[in-house]
Amino acid sequence: MEIERKLYKNSSPDAIAERLLSAGKKVTAPVRSGKIVDLKEISKPSEIEYNALTSVQSAKKVAFPKVDKVVEYEVLKDTVNTLEVDFEAFPEQVLFGVKPCDAAGFIPLKAVFNWDYADQFFLKRYEKTTIISFACPKADEYCFCTSVGGNPGSTAGSDIQFTRTGDDEFLVEIITPKGKTVSALFEDILVPDSSNIDKEKFLASVPKAFSFEEVSAKLSSLFESPVWEEQAIRCLGCGACAFVCPTCACFDLQDEKNSGKGTRLKLWDSCGYSAFTVHTSGHNPRESQGERWRQRVMHKFSYMPHRLDVRGCTGCGRCSRSCPVDMNIKEHITQIDSL
Amino acid sequence: MQEFEPKIVAFVCNWCTYAGADLTGTSRIKYSSDVKIIRFPCTGRIDFMLLMKAFANGADGIIVSGCHPNDCHYTSGNFHARRRWIVFEKLIDFMGIDKRRICFSWVSAAEGAKWADIVNNTVAKIKEIGPYEDYKKLASSFSEISQESHE
Amino acid sequence: MSNLIETAEELLQKNKVNLIIGYEKGTGSKTRPVFIRKAEDAKKLVFDNNQKQNLVVYLLRSEVKKAGKTAFVATVPALRSMLQLASECQIKDKELIAIHARDNQDVIVFEDFKSIEEFLTTADTGFTAVESELLAKLMAMTVSERFDFWTSEFEKCIKCYACRAACPMCYCGRCTTECNQPQWVAPASHPLGVFEWHLMRAMHLTGRCVNCSECATACPVDIPLNLLTYSLMETLETGFGAKAGMKADAKYALSVYKPDDKESFIQ
Repeated sequence: MEIERKLYKNSSPDAIAERLLSAGKKVTAPVRSGKIVDLKEISKPSEIEYNALTSVQSAKKVAFPKVDKVVEYEVLKDTVNTLEVDFEAFPEQVLFGVKPCDAAGFIPLKAVFNWDYADQFFLKRYEKTTIISFACPKADEYCFCTSVGGNPGSTAGSDIQFTRTGDDEFLVEIITPKGKTVSALFEDILVPDSSNIDKEKFLASVPKAFSFEEVSAKLSSLFESPVWEEQAIRCLGCGACAFVCPTCACFDLQDEKNSGKGTRLKLWDSCGYSAFTVHTSGHNPRESQGERWRQRVMHKFSYMPHRLDVRGCTGCGRCSRSCPVDMNIKEHITQIDSL
Repeated sequence: MQEFEPKIVAFVCNWCTYAGADLTGTSRIKYSSDVKIIRFPCTGRIDFMLLMKAFANGADGIIVSGCHPNDCHYTSGNFHARRRWIVFEKLIDFMGIDKRRICFSWVSAAEGAKWADIVNNTVAKIKEIGPYEDYKKLASSFSEISQESHE
Repeated sequence: MSNLIETAEELLQKNKVNLIIGYEKGTGSKTRPVFIRKAEDAKKLVFDNNQKQNLVVYLLRSEVKKAGKTAFVATVPALRSMLQLASECQIKDKELIAIHARDNQDVIVFEDFKSIEEFLTTADTGFTAVESELLAKLMAMTVSERFDFWTSEFEKCIKCYACRAACPMCYCGRCTTECNQPQWVAPASHPLGVFEWHLMRAMHLTGRCVNCSECATACPVDIPLNLLTYSLMETLETGFGAKAGMKADAKYALSVYKPDDKESFIQ
């Protein structure tokens, strides 16, 4: 579908959010709570924080929640009762006010969850998700979307994108058929874009730090390099980076049972944990934090491109901002690129 | 309307309180049957998480009881337990758990009457405060069938 | 800070240590840990007013133990963490060198536990003003209000365990949440899993926490986790005379007792 360009002539996108809510959509948007801004379900537009650089967590949680029910069961005398997930019952939802790097994260997620097994938990939720992103007027030193094939106004992964082009004006790009369907809810408050605005003028500048393709090619020869131990020596092995990342998809399965009744849950997991690869025998193929760090980088920058033809990193910089010891992935990859 | 029958779980030590409860029975002293007694070798063995698990599984009130200080069958188990409870009681109060719902006591093997009082008073108190809905809601917010009381 | 750098250079040049764990400038205005093995890298070291990680968290790592004699740049809480680890038999006396740097003042190099103990008797080991304020605010609430406060904070928790990873006292090879026969505390980030985790962690840290506040700083969603253990410190001090990390041979508060420990709630 060719991208449709419209203009929204208003200082605040609240009216758009209002239309979505009135139509009964579940709307998730950036919300400020104390010192942080995070993505949360909203009940009114006034809750939305439009001016934060980005949110602490990524948008993946609307299709890949931090804890998800797989099945519930009850053991009865002669049978087992199960309560399966009704995949057709996920609500229609809209991500409103997320960044282009959030939207882009769904591309590798889709690839991972539809590769050898079609994960309905993700796919069916994603099917019901419309992504309305807002292009970035500002960036910080952690951002590096332009080094991984993205940019502050990239529409990849978005269904609709808003770009602020003036105090009382937004460019609205309707990108996909899904976007077109949802845009019908607020079409009447949009006007045609007759001036053919160049949105580049209104985007943040994100200087390129490295080339994804170059790094990806280099990585296959760097498996034995001492750089991994050197870079990871300060890594604490917590899960913060994996959990805030828009593309990390690893999960743990846990059974919570209580005499005859139980629930199987799917929970976020992180390859940075020391126990992530521990075998039942006790052997751990990734004994040191450096090996685990290597795995993280390789997975995103080498294995995913080669196996699934997608980039495993969107350059959002969340991992670096959330890391308690400042493991700055842009810095690390730039160093690797120089080897 | 059915009267609220509280679910109380009692964590007691074998040598003092459990024997004391036995005496209550043999003395034919009537006391509420709303209490489920769990026997431990010593109060020192009672993990604070067990109390939280009791609440999570539907208990409205808890009794923790053992030998008087200096009378522990294992000499010092109850001394360790006492320190643990002093800290635990403070922490749960800070986190917003209703500490009125936990009754700590020393009941010896000869105190059959005291045990009946402890139980009856606790049941009366919990009946007054009501079921522990807040914590039950916290504990069961993630499932539909698996969090009903499993007695 | 040249004194810190000079001290570090000398320690490395004279082979008194093979590794110095300190702080360097990070991204933007952040400060982050740095591992220095060569004297010429010592000039990376900084000790500024920024929030600094508790470097004792690295001391029990195999990579650090393999390095041999190690020095680390210590804040006051880190010095306490060191003594606490010593009291838990995790490090031996004179095994490590602690370098305490005070902004624009001389560094103090501690080579044994006794000198740290003496120093700590006059050091500021209390809570910050912000911490004290929030603690007081919470104490003044009703139980029900506190429950609402914590459940609302815990809604943000994603169980990333950054709090555990950043804490120098959480060095268990296998955390309770990682054992699943039985699964004692659920690793899931549903409300019960989160509540039980933080409660259990606070109990496991009682009498061991040195109020470095790393847990709260490391938390990506800004939950004031440090307050959980802070709420118990007065009870520990006034009730048991226990304060973590002040003496290398102190006994863990919950594994000792006094026959006349006072309480007011046991019937």
